[in-house]
Amino acid sequence: MKNTLKQVFHSGKFIFGFVIFVFILLMCIFYPIFVAKDPLKMIGSGNFFPPGTYVSQQEVVDSNSIYKLNIDTSASRFQMALSVENRAAMQEWLIKYGGIAEEDIDVTDAEGLAKLWISNYSAEKNGKMTSAKRKAYKRLDEAVQKAMKDSPLYLAEEGEDGSLQQIKKIGGSDFVNTKTLGSTETFLLGTDNFGRDVLTELVAATKTSLRIGLIAGLIATAIGLLLGLLAGYMGGTPDNLIMFVTNLFTVIPSFIILILISYSVGDAARGAMTVAVIIGITAWPWTCRSVRSQVISLRNRDHVNLSKLSGHSMMRIIFSDILPYIMSYVVMAMILQISSGILAEAQLSIIGLGPSTSTTATLGLMMNWAMTYSAHLNGSWWAFFPVVLVIALISFSLNLMNTGLDQVFNPTLRD
Amino acid sequence: MTAVDHVDFDFNEGEIVSIVGESGSGKTTLSKMLLGLISVTDGQLYFQGKPRDISSRRKKQEYWKNIQPIFQDPFASYNIFHKIDSVLLDCLNMRGFRSASNAQKVDMMTEACSFVNLKYAELTNKYPFELSGGQMQRLMIARIFLLKPKILMADEPTSMIDACSRATILDMLLKLRDETKMTVIFITHDIGLAYYISDKVYIMEHGKFVESGKPDDVILRPTQDYTKRLISDVPKIYEPWDLDAI
Amino acid sequence: MGKVMLEVKNLKTKYVTRFHEDVFAVDGVSLKIEEGRSLGIAGESGCGKSTLALSLMGYYFAPLHYLSGDIIVDGVNIAGMKPDEVRRKVLGQEIAYIPQAAMNALNPTMKINDFVNDVMYAHGSKMKKSEIREMAEARFNELGLPPEVLDKHAVELSGGMKQRTVIAISTILSPKVLIADEPSSALDVSSQKLVIRMMRQLMQKGYIKSMIFITHELPLLYNVTDDIAVMYAGQFVEQGTANEMVFDPVHPYAKGLMGSILVPEAGTREVKLTAIPGTPPNLKHPPEGCRFADRCPYAVPTCRSLAPEMKTFSGNREYRCLFSVKKLREVYSDGTGRRSGEKPAGIDELIADQ
Repeated sequence: MKNTLKQVFHSGKFIFGFVIFVFILLMCIFYPIFVAKDPLKMIGSGNFFPPGTYVSQQEVVDSNSIYKLNIDTSASRFQMALSVENRAAMQEWLIKYGGIAEEDIDVTDAEGLAKLWISNYSAEKNGKMTSAKRKAYKRLDEAVQKAMKDSPLYLAEEGEDGSLQQIKKIGGSDFVNTKTLGSTETFLLGTDNFGRDVLTELVAATKTSLRIGLIAGLIATAIGLLLGLLAGYMGGTPDNLIMFVTNLFTVIPSFIILILISYSVGDAARGAMTVAVIIGITAWPWTCRSVRSQVISLRNRDHVNLSKLSGHSMMRIIFSDILPYIMSYVVMAMILQISSGILAEAQLSIIGLGPSTSTTATLGLMMNWAMTYSAHLNGSWWAFFPVVLVIALISFSLNLMNTGLDQVFNPTLRD
Repeated sequence: MTAVDHVDFDFNEGEIVSIVGESGSGKTTLSKMLLGLISVTDGQLYFQGKPRDISSRRKKQEYWKNIQPIFQDPFASYNIFHKIDSVLLDCLNMRGFRSASNAQKVDMMTEACSFVNLKYAELTNKYPFELSGGQMQRLMIARIFLLKPKILMADEPTSMIDACSRATILDMLLKLRDETKMTVIFITHDIGLAYYISDKVYIMEHGKFVESGKPDDVILRPTQDYTKRLISDVPKIYEPWDLDAI
Repeated sequence: MGKVMLEVKNLKTKYVTRFHEDVFAVDGVSLKIEEGRSLGIAGESGCGKSTLALSLMGYYFAPLHYLSGDIIVDGVNIAGMKPDEVRRKVLGQEIAYIPQAAMNALNPTMKINDFVNDVMYAHGSKMKKSEIREMAEARFNELGLPPEVLDKHAVELSGGMKQRTVIAISTILSPKVLIADEPSSALDVSSQKLVIRMMRQLMQKGYIKSMIFITHELPLLYNVTDDIAVMYAGQFVEQGTANEMVFDPVHPYAKGLMGSILVPEAGTREVKLTAIPGTPPNLKHPPEGCRFADRCPYAVPTCRSLAPEMKTFSGNREYRCLFSVKKLREVYSDGTGRRSGEKPAGIDELIADQ
C-alpha cells in the first residue's frame, strides 16, 4: 500500500493533476472563510459590471484629504474621453473629409488622434451628412475640445438666492487615497447578469458542482461495480440480463436519457442533489461493462479456483478474491465518472434542465445565466469565461490523475 | 468446440498417473472437469464407485474434500492481498477445525510447513509476493498435506519453477503420496518429467487418449505414431537426437 | 584455431527498475567465440542471461545501461558506440538477435516479402526488388521454408512457422553472430525441433558465422551448441564443451543444474534428481564473496568473503570456485554425475587452494 502510494506520487502526470485539483479544492474551502458573503447576493443593480475596483463617486468628491501628484493625467483623460467607437468615427472623418492617409492615423494613440482632430476638423465639411450624424460629430468635437482644455472641475451649491456658490475646485492633479474612502468594492471577475459578484459565486458554484460530481460518480460507480461484479462472475442468465439492460443504456445516448429523466422529474423537484442522483443512475453502464470484462479475465485465475475449491461462498470470492484486484481500476473509473458527472451537470444546466434553484449556484447554472443574458454576445467575458476555465481545469486535472494512475497500475503502459 | 472427447480412464489409490499432451490437447480442460470447475456435457464421472454428484454447494464442498489441485502458476494461485496464513487457515476450516484453539491451529500449520521444509514462524504474517516461486509451490503442497484429499490434481506444478527447485517439489509430491496414499493425477507436457514421476502414463491428443500404460512401455516402447513423434521431438542426452526424423 | 568472431571482455551492464534501483544483471562476463562455433548459455530465470543477450548487441536504451567492458565483433569494438550507429552498422549485418517473442513482431498488415525488402533497404542494399525476391526464395529453400511463405501475411502462418520465418529474415544479411534468446521456448516440441534444425542449417551452410543460444533447457543446449556456459547471478560460473559440461560439470552449481535434467530415456527414471536449496541472490546488492555460497552444499566460511575468479583447467575449460578441480571431483565421489543436495561428511575440512 505504501509502495503503491509512493509509485503513484512518482508519476509526473498524477502530481500535476493532483496539484491543480487540490488547488481548486482549497479555493472552495478557504475562500468562503475569508470572504464571508452570500455568494448569490445581488450586489449590483444592473447587468454585467466589468471586473475592477468600484469606489463611491460621492466619497471621492467629498474626500477632504486631497493629494497633489505630479502625474500627467491628460493621456488617461483622452483615453476616458475617447471611446473605441468615437475613435473609429474620428478616423472615418479624417480619412473621408480631412484627406489624411489611413496609415498616418494611429487610433491607439488617443492624444495624437485628438491633436490631429483639432488641427483638421472643420464643421463646414459635414454638409452632406444626415443631421443625426452631423450632431454626433458636433458632440464628439466638443468632447475632444473639452479633453484638450484640462480645466478644473468646479463643485457648486445652489445658494438661497438661487445663485451657484463654488464649494470645491478639483484640479487635474488632485488625487484621493482609496484607503481613506469608506466604500470600495472589488469585483475581480466583475458581476453577472443579476449583479452578483462572479468570483464569490464561482467558488460556491465550483463547490456545488464538485459535490454533484462526487455524488454522481459514487452512485454510478457503486451501481456499475455491483452489476459488473455479478454479471462477470456469475455469467449465464444473470450476465445476459444485466448485459441486456446495459446495452439498452448504451444504445440510447445517455445524454438523451438524462434529458428525459430531468424533464420528467419536473422543475420543482430538481434540486442540485436530485440532478446528481439522476446523473449517477444514467452513467453506470460503462463502468459496469468494463468491470465485467475485468472480472471475466479474473474469474478463471487460479487463486479464484482455489478459493472455490476451499469451499468459499460466491459473495466471499467476489469481495475478497476479485474486488481487491480490480480496486485500482475502479478508483480510476470513479475519477472519470466524477469528471463526466461535472460535465453532465454543466450540459444539462446549459440547456435549462439543471438544478432549478435560486439558492445555490452550479457551474452549469452560471453558464446558463450568462447565456440567457447574452453575455457572450455583449462581450461580458467575465461572466462565462472563468466558469469554462474552471470546468476545463477540473476535468483536465481529474483526467490527468487518471492517466497517471493508469500508468502506475496498468502493466502494459509501464515503461 | 470439443476440448475433451470421450475420455475413459480409471486410476487407483496411491498411484501417480500422468496425462501428457501438447498445448491444446485438452489436458487442462480435463483437469478442470475432474475438479468440478467446468461442467461435463456428456458422460459420467464415478468417484469411489458411485457417480459423482456436485449439484449443490454442500455436495460440492463434500466432493472437494476429496479432490484438490496444485496449479501451474504459483504466482497466480495466491490472493496477493491476503497473508499466507489465510491459505492454510482455510484448509483447517475445511477439515472442520474451525473452532479449534489457536495454539492447535498453529501446531498443525507448523507441521504442514515443516513437511515441505518451510518454517511457519518465518512465513506467518507474510504476503505471497515475499516468497519465491518454489516456496509458493511448496506451500501449495503444505496445503494439500493439511487437506489430505484422496486425489491430488497436479496441473504442471513445476513448469514455472526453475530446474534446480523442481526436484524439491517432485520429491515432496512423492513423499506426500507415500505418506497419505493419495492418488496423484499429474498433468504435464514434459515427457521426461512424466517418465520420471509416474506409475502410469496417458498420452493425450486433441482431447483423446491415444496410448496409455506403464511409463517404460509407453515412453521407451511406444506403439502409436503420435506418441512416437512426440518422443522423437524431445531433445535427448544419452541417445542421439535425430533432427531430420520429422 | 578459427578466426575470433565475437570476443567479450569483462562486460558489465545494469538495468534500472521502476523504483529507480540499479540491478547489476551482467557483472563481468567474458567470452570468446570462434568462426563456425556456437555457445550456449544456461541459467535459472533471473540470472541475467536475457540481459546479457541484449547487452551483447551493444544497443543500449533505457532501462538498460552500459557500464564497462568490450564487445569486439570481428575485430571492431562496438561497446560504447552510439545507439544510432549500432542500429545502422551492427544490427542485422554483424549481429542478429532473436528473442522468444520474435514471432509476435511481424506486422500483420505486411507480407513476408515486404519485411525482407525492408531489411535489405534499411541496410543500404542497392539490389532490385526482383533480385531480392530471388535471393530470398533461394535462402528460404535452403532453410527448408516453402518460398510461398513470402507471399503470405503473418496471420496465415502457425507460431512455429512464424518463428522460423523471422529467423530466416533476420539472418538474410548473413550476420557474423546470431544471438538467440529462448527462440523455441514458447513453441510445441515439434515446432521447436524445426526451429533447432533451422539454426543448425544456418551454421552448417555458413549463413551465420557463429551463434549464441540462450535457454534454460539443458537437453536442448546439449543438442544445439558446441560449447556451454553456465550463468549464475550475473556471472559465468563454468564454461566448456557441451559434452564436458553435461557429463563432467565441475562447479557445484553447474553440477546441480546438470543433475536436474529430465529426459525420457532409459535409465533416467531410477536416478535421483538434484535439488539446489534456496534462491539466487538479489542482484541489486550482489554478495561480497562467492555468489553461490549461500546455496552451495560445500561452502566453507572463506567462500562468503572471498569472491572467486574464473580459472582455466584442462585446456579450454573455465570455472569459478575457490576449490581446486581435484578437490571438487573428490567431493562428487559417487561418480554417477548426479547427486542430491546433502552435504557429504568431511567437506568442511576441505580448504580452498587459494
